[in-house]
Amino acid sequence: MEINFASQLDYFWVLAPEVVLSIFALVILMVDVFQRGETQEPARLSIAWLTAIGLLAAAAANTWLLTLQDAAPAGPIAIDGFRVFTNYLFLGAALLFLPLSWRYLTDERMRHGELFVLLLLATVGMMFFAGTRDLMLIFLGLELMSVAVYVMTGLNRRDRRSAEAALKYFLLGAFSSAFFLFGIALVYGGTGSVNLAVIHEVVGVDGAGANLLVNAGMALLAVGFAFKVAAIPFHMWTPDAYEGAPAPVTAFMAAAVKAAAFAAFLRVFLTGFPGLYETWGLIMFWLALATMIGANLMALPQDSVKRMLAYSSIAHAGYLLVALTAASVLGVAAFLYYLLAYTLMTMGAFAVVYMVAHRHELRLGLSEYSGLGWRAPLVGITMTVFLLSLAGVPPTGGFWGKFAILRAIIERGGIELAVVLVLTSLVSYYYYLRVAWYMWFREAHAGASPIPVSRGVSAVLVASAAAVVLIGIFPAWFLGMAEAGAAALMQAPMMSGIAGP
Amino acid sequence: MENFEPTLLGLIVLLPLVGFLINGAVALFTPGNKGVSTWVGPGVVGLAFLIAVVNFIGMFGAELTAPIVRSYWSWMPVGDLQVDAALQLDQLSILMTLIVTGVGFLIHVFSVGYMKGDPGYARYFAFLNLFVFFMLTLVLGANFPVLFVGWEGVGLCSYLLIGFWFRDREKADAGKKAFIVNRIGDFGLLIAMFMIFAHVGTLDFVGVFAAAPETFVYGGAVVTAIALFLFLGAVGKSAQIPLYVWLPDAMAGPTPVSALIHAATMVTAGVYLIARSSVLFALSPTAMMTVAIVGAVTALFAATIGLVQTDIKKVLAYSTVSQLGFMVVGVGVGAYAAGIFHLMTHAFFKALLFMGAGAVIHAMHHAFHETHQDWDAQDMRNMGGLKRFMPKTWIFMWIGTLAIAGVWPLAGFFSKDEIIWMAAAHAQGPFEVVFTLVWVILFIAAMLTAFYMTRLMILTFHGENRSGPGGRHIHEAPAVMWVPLAILAVLSIVGGWINIPRPISATPILGWIPPWHTEWLHYWLAPVTATADNVFRTRVGELLEVGPFGGGEAFWAAVAFMIAMVIIALTTVWLGKQERKPAVETPPYRGFAKVLYDKWYVDEIYDAVIVRPVVNGSRALWRYVDDGIVDRAANGVGSLARGLGWLGSRLQTGNLNVYALAIVAGALLILLTVVGL
Repeated sequence: MEINFASQLDYFWVLAPEVVLSIFALVILMVDVFQRGETQEPARLSIAWLTAIGLLAAAAANTWLLTLQDAAPAGPIAIDGFRVFTNYLFLGAALLFLPLSWRYLTDERMRHGELFVLLLLATVGMMFFAGTRDLMLIFLGLELMSVAVYVMTGLNRRDRRSAEAALKYFLLGAFSSAFFLFGIALVYGGTGSVNLAVIHEVVGVDGAGANLLVNAGMALLAVGFAFKVAAIPFHMWTPDAYEGAPAPVTAFMAAAVKAAAFAAFLRVFLTGFPGLYETWGLIMFWLALATMIGANLMALPQDSVKRMLAYSSIAHAGYLLVALTAASVLGVAAFLYYLLAYTLMTMGAFAVVYMVAHRHELRLGLSEYSGLGWRAPLVGITMTVFLLSLAGVPPTGGFWGKFAILRAIIERGGIELAVVLVLTSLVSYYYYLRVAWYMWFREAHAGASPIPVSRGVSAVLVASAAAVVLIGIFPAWFLGMAEAGAAALMQAPMMSGIAGP
Repeated sequence: MENFEPTLLGLIVLLPLVGFLINGAVALFTPGNKGVSTWVGPGVVGLAFLIAVVNFIGMFGAELTAPIVRSYWSWMPVGDLQVDAALQLDQLSILMTLIVTGVGFLIHVFSVGYMKGDPGYARYFAFLNLFVFFMLTLVLGANFPVLFVGWEGVGLCSYLLIGFWFRDREKADAGKKAFIVNRIGDFGLLIAMFMIFAHVGTLDFVGVFAAAPETFVYGGAVVTAIALFLFLGAVGKSAQIPLYVWLPDAMAGPTPVSALIHAATMVTAGVYLIARSSVLFALSPTAMMTVAIVGAVTALFAATIGLVQTDIKKVLAYSTVSQLGFMVVGVGVGAYAAGIFHLMTHAFFKALLFMGAGAVIHAMHHAFHETHQDWDAQDMRNMGGLKRFMPKTWIFMWIGTLAIAGVWPLAGFFSKDEIIWMAAAHAQGPFEVVFTLVWVILFIAAMLTAFYMTRLMILTFHGENRSGPGGRHIHEAPAVMWVPLAILAVLSIVGGWINIPRPISATPILGWIPPWHTEWLHYWLAPVTATADNVFRTRVGELLEVGPFGGGEAFWAAVAFMIAMVIIALTTVWLGKQERKPAVETPPYRGFAKVLYDKWYVDEIYDAVIVRPVVNGSRALWRYVDDGIVDRAANGVGSLARGLGWLGSRLQTGNLNVYALAIVAGALLILLTVVGL
């Protein structure tokens, strides 16, 4: 079907996955309200199943998007492989989140059925955030996602840490949103449009049409994005929010929210401002450098595995920024591939953290992992896979992801970033493998409690670990898919502004 | 080439992997469930064997001249290096596949009985299936990286299975030893791979071996280095001097594991590697000579140790090292078909002997358990007279013994004789003396084989029973264990008939084998070894018809057979007369026998010459150089890193104002960068 955004119906078709999810969110809200009256049970399992069905339906609609043809290149909503790819990522992360959150609600004896509504709305927000070509829509997506996630962070009101994390996250998030919005205003002032394609046309492939307003606006947009992806020095909310939030929510934040912010970051800068690569490339360069070095160093002294993983997720943002700096088809392909691997291994690792920490999340320390491999082999084996992948050991997805990023940045000529990436990865071996060492070579304490793993969580662990290994064994196939998505985003004429090989 | 299409080639490899996943899941979730593992474990290997047979029959009809390569996906698309996940079907790989899955299936079935009472039953089958998967990857891989994946994988499984009862300190150490010693070999294989890629530009078997004769200078330094590094890999995996020390210790694992991994399949991977890379070896006479010498010395050396061992598995372990030496000589003198031939027959009779020993140990263990005797169930001095209790095992093991000793018309006679003779037939060219010597050494080693195997049989099965009160509780193995033995016994008899050397089939008496197939295997493998054979023929010459001391192949085969018979007879009479007591009452060995019993003190020598100096040296390094200089520097860097990290996380005060300030500062920096430009 050809889409040219002439009729209102076109919007409906193009937004099919978002529409499906929104409808499900409203239905679930109703179901939850009416169920709650008649039972004392936390929330009904049927709600979780309904959510899963909604996510699968949205995934089907997302697949259907591939049959649409974009007849209006400047349309406000993107119809390309990039959007489809990232949508799958968000939906997949949400699907993995379900059994974890269900487990959390059961453990904490909480009856918050609205968690699932928030999950779906956050996912809709991510899709808008990453999949639209209009700065206002992007901002709308950003806020929809963020507000839902703020609430999810503070889900456990009885837990002081959770409430504190939510408040901090909210205040700083609002603060950075102001930067973002101000940036949009300036860009609009400078170019007369909020549409990325139009902005690109005004700015020109060589950046000749840019004025001070556009430059300043772009810088403020970068600040907003850097906050959301937690690049140093805009990262300071991350360790606190990630540590305080319920571990399943942390998993979702670290994986999906960050992926969405990165995807939008990439789309805005590569399709809106390719003419200004000289400028923002430099910003990315320094952000990447500071993030990789700082996060890896700060992860070293952490004794709480949850907090270590929070810093680790900042470090991975650094690697992804390197891919963004490369700003080429190879770079975007590496970016997408890495995002896939990153989502899977992060979800998995935080799921294990929750399994070990268990009720009230008291057992977060490294020593709790002693002998875990022998006490709970499934958890031990899958966690080992996640850690190896996070560290980037072959044959996991994490290895090929780093490999692809290195290749892209070297072709761009950024050898400094490549060297720093390799060196900081070496540093990261220390804090990742230390956990693995505790799991397999330390005797468990005498009083170590068993790790109760529910069937749903086992499924999450096994599926993520299997996927991490699978994309590591068949890297060429997934990289090929990522390259198709990348090529769709970066049509040749648009990219001529970025000087490169 | 007629139009032959491989049937379900990928499935052969995939099936054992599926078995591993299923058994692994069972082991993790319902370890008590034995039914699933009993059927899935052997089942997947049996199915793989059937598919291999179908392919073999297909290839039988079609005369393949080039290997069939099936590429499944692009695995390492890295610039110039294009490596596919690809399998290669040719005459050599299908033969290895048949051995691995066929013998492997029988051993899996045997394990059902052997491991019956073990709490790690499902885990055991998971590892065993995983091993078969990696072994098939090794033999069916179409390029060096895929082979290397299998190579490392079988090493890992070997490690897991040697240390299967990991609560036992000594057994875990044995696993570690195997792992470390094998790393040395793997290093060689890796270096060889890098060198091949640097000089040929590909790592596909087809590409490398086609290009090798033009790329490399005959006898040149490069190809010699490549061949020697490949051989280093083979030395580690196939337990040759000086890296054989891990194999006897590997006997700590369950006995069927010894049969499958440490006798029939994994340890022959080195022989396979040399046969596969025959072209590279043929191009380097120096490398071939080295291979032949190492193989021959190993064959003799290990045989001498086997003479006096009292642990039934140790005898078989040293026997395996010795027989691997024979195979290595075979591929080393350029008789690739002969080496592979012996690999196959050895897989039959050594698997038979190991599993027979397993049945004996199983029975002894059970008996001592009944009577609460704290005796060693593997010590032959505690056995004796078992033929009364275990008549089937007794007969099967005698068949295996006669086969390995080289008695006509059993399998070992033809395959071993072929290798010994080929050493003589290659005694020409620059290293004539060396090959003559190799031939003599092998002859002696073959004689020793006849002795130590007969001794094993006499000590275990004949004479009076020395098991004390436990003797009354010894029973024959159940059918699930002896039926695989029976099948292997038949193969140990007829297995040699597929490749009867021409001179022997032309001889009266020796040539009287009903369904003989003169040199069938030789012709079967000819397409694989053709390039290498050509190199030898053009560079050195045709094979000799007459041995160094006169006489043809048939003559020396007859001599070897006679001597073997005489030794078996004399040993039976001599040892049969001796008085014997259980282990606890037997005085230790003295004199030369003690030297042999203590394995020439090689472990001690390694310990003194290599391990301890390395440990001491590294301790000294650690204490003075490292601790004093490097460590202080490294610690400095480490502390600095940790300190910086700590400082960084100190900024993480939890105070919102600080966080907001950081954002503002960052924003100002970015704005300045943009506007300043």
